[in-house]
Amino acid sequence: MHIIHSVLFNKLARLLRNLGRRMIERIWRLGAGARLFLLTMLYSGESFKRFNLTLREIYFTGVMSLLIIIVSAFFVGMVLGLQGYNTLQKYGSSEAIGVLVALSLVRELGPVVTALLFAGRAGTAITAEIGLMKTTEQLSAMEMMAVNPIARVIAPRFWAGVISMPILAALFSMVGVLGGYLVAVPIIGVDEGAFWSQMQANVDVRDDIINGVIKSFVFGVACTMIALFEGFDAPPTAEGVSHATTRTVVISSLTVLGLDFVLTSFMIVV
Amino acid sequence: MDRTTIDLWVGVFVALGVAALLGLAMKVGNLTSNKIGETYSVSAAFENIGGLKPNAPVKSAGVVVGRVADIKFDTKLYEAVVTIKIDERYEFPKDTFANIYTAGLLGEQYVGLEAGGDDDVLKNGDKIAQTQDAVVLEKMISQFLYNKASETKSDESAASTPKEAAPSSGGKSGGAKSTELGDAPF
Repeated sequence: MHIIHSVLFNKLARLLRNLGRRMIERIWRLGAGARLFLLTMLYSGESFKRFNLTLREIYFTGVMSLLIIIVSAFFVGMVLGLQGYNTLQKYGSSEAIGVLVALSLVRELGPVVTALLFAGRAGTAITAEIGLMKTTEQLSAMEMMAVNPIARVIAPRFWAGVISMPILAALFSMVGVLGGYLVAVPIIGVDEGAFWSQMQANVDVRDDIINGVIKSFVFGVACTMIALFEGFDAPPTAEGVSHATTRTVVISSLTVLGLDFVLTSFMIVV
Repeated sequence: MDRTTIDLWVGVFVALGVAALLGLAMKVGNLTSNKIGETYSVSAAFENIGGLKPNAPVKSAGVVVGRVADIKFDTKLYEAVVTIKIDERYEFPKDTFANIYTAGLLGEQYVGLEAGGDDDVLKNGDKIAQTQDAVVLEKMISQFLYNKASETKSDESAASTPKEAAPSSGGKSGGAKSTELGDAPF
């Protein structure tokens, strides 16, 4: 009895210790991430002075993500058109399909799905690249040559991500609306005039479009910073880099979805 | 990758982004339809504004002539004071009538202006005296039901007389006739 008791107690104690250790590690990582963010801000002067560094990264994070963004936006828009029509026609208001497609894309799906795809497409690449730079001691070599790796490697990637994300999100929304249009008007046969005019009457530039851009900007900061930090902090081993890449996707996705709720609750004045 | 190629692609990328934003603003949003230049504001008091919201359209004869700028609650008169901004190109007589209408059965609500015959026109800061409240669906339905109930009551009392009268007159036409007669006093 006494032995069973102590075994159980030991297990419980280990569980609690583990939980505490993990919690402390998370908080430590949050602090280290915030410090890296501040350092990036401090040293980002060079990424604007030597803008071709940033331009190069915009090419790799933004331009190379165009295909996945445009294709998925098109299909998301088409599905919205189909599903929306299916439900709206039950209430005899199939002309509202344009409003439904545009508002869901501009307010939510555009920024959020773009951020999720961005985390998968560009975030992982950033983490793997920086992690590998660290593993092959390129970052230390830079420091040896009195080149600040944060100014030279981190900051240009950060600004490239922050610039790319709103552009990608705007493209996503626009292409999605076109996808919805394609399904609703030529295929299903909703009246074209009603489709556009109802959309224009109900989508507000400041309340909907600008708020969507603000969201995607915030997601851009969050996703890029998480990817950069995970890469910068990765243990310099093959396994470490692979774990860091996985963590980038998981943490970015959760952060984007959580932030989306917070931002939306700020934006929607009840 | 060549530096000029990268520049070119990034340029295309940014141009696409700007084009998408412009497209959203123009084609999807209300930037183009929201073109109201110089305005003057006029207020109107309503007992019930229903679901009217700021920025709702103000229409006259179906044409958008302005927007609802502000909605306040008057604590002295317990009325809603609606401030509307009307495009300066449009002038309305002083005795203009302001109504709150609903677009479609369940659509958004808007302010409808019906011009009167006065020679003086509304100016900035004026108050529209004649207003009509929003139609509250529940009120309408309860009124309808009330009317219906009183109708059926009168029908029943009317119907009971011909039934008794029917055998004596001995025909359908006679029954119908007496129904008509029974209805007459109501």
